[in-house]
Amino acid sequence: MTSVKNIVRVKNVTKTFQLGKIAVHALKGVDLEIATGQYVSIMGPSGSGKSTLFNMIGGLDKPSTGKVFIDEVDISQLDAYELAWLRCRKIGYIFQTFNIIQVMTALENVTLPMTFAGMRNEDAIEKGMELLELVGLADRFQHKPSELSGGQQQRVAIARALANDPAIILADEPTGNLDLTTGEEIITLLKNLSRERGVTIISATHDIKMLNVSDQVVWIRDGRIDKIESREELTISVGRIDARAEA
Amino acid sequence: MNATARIHRQVVLPWGKSFEIAFNSIRVRFFRSMITTMSLVLAVSFLSFVSVNTDVANGLLATGDPALRQALIHSGYDLQPEDTRADSSPKQRWIVILSLLVCVVGIVNAQLMAVTERFREIGTMKCLGALDRFILRLFLLEAGMQGLAGAGIGALAGAVFALLSNTIRFGALAVTTPVSGDILFSVAMATGVGCLLSVIGVLYPAFVAARMQPVEAMRSEH
Repeated sequence: MTSVKNIVRVKNVTKTFQLGKIAVHALKGVDLEIATGQYVSIMGPSGSGKSTLFNMIGGLDKPSTGKVFIDEVDISQLDAYELAWLRCRKIGYIFQTFNIIQVMTALENVTLPMTFAGMRNEDAIEKGMELLELVGLADRFQHKPSELSGGQQQRVAIARALANDPAIILADEPTGNLDLTTGEEIITLLKNLSRERGVTIISATHDIKMLNVSDQVVWIRDGRIDKIESREELTISVGRIDARAEA
Repeated sequence: MNATARIHRQVVLPWGKSFEIAFNSIRVRFFRSMITTMSLVLAVSFLSFVSVNTDVANGLLATGDPALRQALIHSGYDLQPEDTRADSSPKQRWIVILSLLVCVVGIVNAQLMAVTERFREIGTMKCLGALDRFILRLFLLEAGMQGLAGAGIGALAGAVFALLSNTIRFGALAVTTPVSGDILFSVAMATGVGCLLSVIGVLYPAFVAARMQPVEAMRSEH
């Protein structure tokens, strides 16, 4: 296992938010290592610090103490340009609320990160179409987000996240706003991407369906890591949940 | 630092693309943009109206016809016997300045609203790797285009209205006597002032937008 490269390393991270006069300790010392190519789910009740940890890994927020390394680079040392570069090239984001830019077509949404990365327009359009094809939306490239269903918007978001071939895809409750079947389709799509392209997928979720495809599940409780389960251990516990549900 | 310089070049938004995004953004939100621009159209058309009125009066005065001079005095121009030019009165100037001030405040207000509505979009762009100055540039370009269109329309409308009302008052001479260069200059000046005001009005809202952290943008419920 030591030979496996860690794409994300979180070292003794704490985060304190100041709400008026009260200090809220969202994270109370988290250590986490995520190996390249894994499909990791971060699970936990709301208010557990799940989103905070997630934002740290994504370079969207900085820890109060401790360090977050992405590809062995300490992200607290990065300046604004370097952070933008990281967000542009290394990380693809998928959100619960899709966050497709409303005034742009599906294709324009997918090509925007490539434009930021300095790709030529024709190349970006070609690659954008390939990606839309990959997520099964090639025929809808000219549609505006308002003309797409939730599942389709999330597919556009996935295509957009893949635009600059990131090492990591961060998905924040990707199925949270979708119905059961559409959610399952999105999960399958993500799983296939992680398998075929070797992308590390880290997703914060409540969705039990996610557990089946995860290589690793990190359970967060009260600002600390409760337990980390690998896939083998997981099948048993999911079985238990199912058994309980049937009983 | 060398590495920083390299990265600097690697996150880009070409000007052509900026124009395209800004233009589309206005087009898609046409009604919203129109309301933002409306106060500018009105203020600039007033400025242009006053300015072209003065041009017309100067044209009429230049003919040296005493009857026209009387007609001008009669219609409210404060002309002394030795005056050869009719300039806008201080009172008029103050009203114009006030209307422009009100207009800028209106633009700041409308643009702040627009920025708030677009928090999510801005945050998303930042998550995709946009730098602060991309956001700033997009907002400034949008304001510039809105300013150019709004002020252009306003200036033309003001000039046309001034010429029409003067034609009704003084006859065809009102259109034939003024130097067309003066009128063109008035229209261009009003358009320029309008553009400038539009960009000034968006500066603060654009800074607010550009400095926002991506995570804040994601958090806001809009």
